[in-house]
Amino acid sequence: MMPALVCAFWISLAASLYLVLSRDTLRCVIGLGLMGNAVNLLLLASGRLQYTQPAVVPPGESALSLAANPLPQALVLTAIVIGFALLCFSLVVVMAIAERSGKDDLLLLRHTEPEDTAPVVPSFLEKEKETP
Amino acid sequence: MTTLILLPVLTTLATMLCTIFTVRRQHWQQWISLVGSGTLACVTLILLQQVLAKGPALTALGGWPAPYAILFRVDALSAVMLVLTALMACAALVYMASEVDPLPPHPLTHPLLHGALAGICGALCTADLFNLYVWFEVILVCALGLLALGNLGGRMLQLDAVYKYFAPNLLATLLLLIAVGLIYAATGYLQFDALHQAAPALPEALVTVLVATLLLALLIKSAAFPLYAWLPASYPALPVAVMALFAGLLTKVGTYAILRMAGDVFSPTPGILMEGLGWIAAITMVAGVLGAAYHWDIRRILSFHIISQIGYILLAIALGGLAPDSTSAHNAYGAALFYTVHHIIVKANLFLLAGLVFACTGSFDLRRVGGLVASHPLLALLFAVPALSLVGVPPLSGFWAKLLVLQEALAQGRMLWAAIALSVSFLTLYSMLKIWQEAFWKAHPSAKPQKTSRSLAPAWLTITVLSGITLLLGISPQQLLAVSVLAVRSLGGGP
Repeated sequence: MMPALVCAFWISLAASLYLVLSRDTLRCVIGLGLMGNAVNLLLLASGRLQYTQPAVVPPGESALSLAANPLPQALVLTAIVIGFALLCFSLVVVMAIAERSGKDDLLLLRHTEPEDTAPVVPSFLEKEKETP
Repeated sequence: MTTLILLPVLTTLATMLCTIFTVRRQHWQQWISLVGSGTLACVTLILLQQVLAKGPALTALGGWPAPYAILFRVDALSAVMLVLTALMACAALVYMASEVDPLPPHPLTHPLLHGALAGICGALCTADLFNLYVWFEVILVCALGLLALGNLGGRMLQLDAVYKYFAPNLLATLLLLIAVGLIYAATGYLQFDALHQAAPALPEALVTVLVATLLLALLIKSAAFPLYAWLPASYPALPVAVMALFAGLLTKVGTYAILRMAGDVFSPTPGILMEGLGWIAAITMVAGVLGAAYHWDIRRILSFHIISQIGYILLAIALGGLAPDSTSAHNAYGAALFYTVHHIIVKANLFLLAGLVFACTGSFDLRRVGGLVASHPLLALLFAVPALSLVGVPPLSGFWAKLLVLQEALAQGRMLWAAIALSVSFLTLYSMLKIWQEAFWKAHPSAKPQKTSRSLAPAWLTITVLSGITLLLGISPQQLLAVSVLAVRSLGGGP
């Protein structure tokens, strides 16, 4: 079980890193979603994975024996909920960006930053440029 | 005492709910918001006073005994940060009552703002690693909402800002989650005290990897080099009051968490990490201030200054981790806290002042404004106080903050770091002079500057009070210094 999980974790983490490094907005967002799932696998593995029993106390007993650790499962559940909400939000943002500007290349998205091609001109030089 | 610890989070959450219910009545919403932040200020002040008198307070949620329950723990460090959070909330909300922005705030601004404040309070109060992650997510979600709202420069500006804020910050929270998973797998605990006791038993190399992952995530959150470009790309899309609140608090929650992890939970932190943190701090200072020297939009200049000043705080934390003895470590951590307090007040004030410059002249672009010394001499005077304090001119608060950091760097023989910190001060002076020269000193480029008939009284009140606090901290820094050193003395399992 553990080797399979480790393989799954590293493969999905590598794939998601590859996607996140992309300049394409949609690829980056999908990469982040995939990375969230890879991290969830890691969280799950941080408990005792070798026990396949459920993480509940059997009837008539007061303590857990040979059971999975319930805490990482609770953590994963929280992380899944947050990750899912953020994935939906980010997909909407990416779609809105693509619809409004027709672009999905991050280098072309310069609405919040001045163009790097435009030289930064101090005011007194700008006036000189305007006069001729 | 038990309920008192929970009150900062509960107050902000309750205010958030009330402002959601009054979305259709903006006037009510504004008053509820103000009352809520005022209550938060009272609660945090009482909490600070109690913690200073009686020592750290803690409460366990969920009815479980100590290492399993979700703990809320407030020591003096958290309490000081909570008071500052409340102060900034009051300042931003009073300022929001004036009509500085071209458009009135979106009805959902208040609920989201209080949601972000709840996240900040939670991150400052919690004593549980996974809980810290959740509060960071709360802050992230509310910040994304605030960025997406409004229509300042066309929808594309908002969407672009949302995207550029979202991607690096989500990467940081995922890294934080990886660190949480790894730390839990290695120690079996998530709670700060239990981690502090369990960490020394682990091999040094393992602790180095765990803390490195954790610090990497938090460094992205605090906009340190090299992943800082999201900050100046997203903050200018916000309304002025919200921008000032974010500028004051959000990255500082990141540095608080770094101080908490490196100086408290995992102390003594491996030296190689602190050495690396020191260099990251030095490069962050230089990169931030060079960005500020390049740009012409006041908001972008000030955003880059946040990054540069984060470098000083990180440098103080790194010096604390590298300190040879505990007195020296306390001095350095105390300097980090003093610097944080000074920086939050000054930086938020500068952003609020930039809003007034916009309201008086009609632009944030330094090339299109001017003549403010002649038309608004009081504004020029109020700008000079935080601007010179940011540079570090005596006798303002920034001078003492920089002096404390430099003293510690020189005492530890870190001449290169001290030299970088000093030269960055000169570059800070250059970019502040640029704002002064362009916005205040030169004549307005267009012959007839537009007159504003908007009501700006609350904005003037806010910046006057904040400048007054900066002056006061500069004239008598002893009290804050005493509180800072007292606050960091309990770090790392101290009394």
